[in-house]
Amino acid sequence: MIEARRIVKRFGTFTALDDVSVEVPTGSLTALLGPSGSGKSTLLRVIAGLERPDEGAVCLEGEDVTARPPQARGVGFVFQHYAAFKHMTVWDNIAFGLKIRHRPRAEIRARVAELLDLVQLTGLAKRYPAQLSGGQRQRMGLARALAVDPKVLLLDEPFGALDARVRKELRGWLRRLHDETHTTTVIVTHDQEEAMDVADRVVVMNRGRIEQTAPPRDLYDHPANEFVMSFVGPVNRLGDAFIRPHDVELLLEPNGVTQEAMVQRLVHLGFEVRVELVRDDGEVMWAQLTREQVEALELERGQIVYVRPTRQTVFAD
Amino acid sequence: MIGRYAVRVAALGYLAVLLVAPVGFVFWRTFEHGVGPAWDAVTTPDAVHALKVTLILTAIAVPANTVFGVLAALAIVRHRFPGAGIFNAVVDLPLALSPVVVGLALLLLYGRGGWLGGHHIVFALPGMALATIFVSLPFVVREVVPVLREIGTEQEQAAATLGASWLQTFRRVTWPAIRWATAYGVVLTTARALGEFGAVSVVSGRLTGETESMTLYVQDRYRAFDDVGAYAAAVVLALIAVATLILLTQLRPKEETR
Repeated sequence: MIEARRIVKRFGTFTALDDVSVEVPTGSLTALLGPSGSGKSTLLRVIAGLERPDEGAVCLEGEDVTARPPQARGVGFVFQHYAAFKHMTVWDNIAFGLKIRHRPRAEIRARVAELLDLVQLTGLAKRYPAQLSGGQRQRMGLARALAVDPKVLLLDEPFGALDARVRKELRGWLRRLHDETHTTTVIVTHDQEEAMDVADRVVVMNRGRIEQTAPPRDLYDHPANEFVMSFVGPVNRLGDAFIRPHDVELLLEPNGVTQEAMVQRLVHLGFEVRVELVRDDGEVMWAQLTREQVEALELERGQIVYVRPTRQTVFAD
Repeated sequence: MIGRYAVRVAALGYLAVLLVAPVGFVFWRTFEHGVGPAWDAVTTPDAVHALKVTLILTAIAVPANTVFGVLAALAIVRHRFPGAGIFNAVVDLPLALSPVVVGLALLLLYGRGGWLGGHHIVFALPGMALATIFVSLPFVVREVVPVLREIGTEQEQAAATLGASWLQTFRRVTWPAIRWATAYGVVLTTARALGEFGAVSVVSGRLTGETESMTLYVQDRYRAFDDVGAYAAAVVLALIAVATLILLTQLRPKEETR
């Protein structure tokens, strides 16, 4: 288990982490999710020992490692911009940690071959990082971190510099890897879809504090507050209530509880249709409908419809 | 078309007038009467001694400034310490100060009656070595600092999380990234040390056959109306500098084309 207790980290007058406590169960895949500047990367770096907290303690598997340098923590770290050793081949990059530990040559060869196979870079072992694509470089970064059998694997926005297709592919691949190895893993991301997709627990951070910790589904269905609600998915506001666009029903006739609105724009996104509306109080909102629903209603631009939320959330202040 | 042609002519003309002509003239005057007289001029005991002094000074200043330069660059780029900005600026001081002023300062500090004076420093090899080190100090630092900035700290952090100690990280990750910048710094340091005149001239006392370096010997021969002696010695200095440069380009693998 990774345990960070009451961590405070300041950079000058900026408080990056403000009394943060978090627990990551052994064998889990936890995502730290938040906007930039929320402190998620700093928390990851504190766990790795790359930043020293001003207050608080870090425990790995029950041992207090707060005073230990990164070398003595047994963590694997994957960087957003790969941090590949540029003057070393793929093979040498992956073997680095094993060579540092003076493992026997035969063992290093076997382990690197195994990892090359795992990350599907076997044919590229003699290449230099500059000759690889971004996705290949990051797979090499993962293999390098896994080579020394870390107790925990820490990934700092690992797919942030990759294009959308490669990002999705690597995400699925990371999930499968975790299902096989069960290495305790923490991934930092600002992409809620990525967090929901890959992690079994999500820690939502904002302004150096934790807003909520929950499994992805709970987070979406039972957000703890306004910030989480609007960060983990699209949201409309109707008075004090927050409504997801797919929880909006459009009717052609008023029924007493509905509110009048005008269709401003219809955006066809394949199966989904995004209906942009202006309500009679002048506020803008949108509803997510299926193509069938739009066709049944015969919606057109400029048409008057009546809005009814099927599900809404109100937060007590 | 005419514009581009004119630029080329201007650039080449500039080089020809300022660089090629004087150096060419030195070579021509050296070998005007054949190789024999030139060879005789640089193999006199005084010339050989002066060459030896210059090589000793270079052999002291270059390693000293290489080690200091790499450490100083690491300190400037990798560590936040109070006074880092001032330290960074002070490193450039030898470029800004006239070497004669440097020599004078050393004379006042280490000479008779100076704060640290009276230990056979001034008018002897140690003082000349200090002067040479001083004037050739910034080159390695200035070559290495931008490269260190450019490579950033992520590779070093990655090495740390993989278990590498500070020394292992330096040897396996940082040094391979900065070694060619260091090598260029060494070439510049060598060239500067070989050619140093002003500061060494002040602190050496210019005792022929004792504290006379090659550049001082050149001036000494020139003043004695021994043109061939002066020009031949200058040619020797130039050849050593060029040889250093060629050595470096030969050692360097075709890394950049990779």
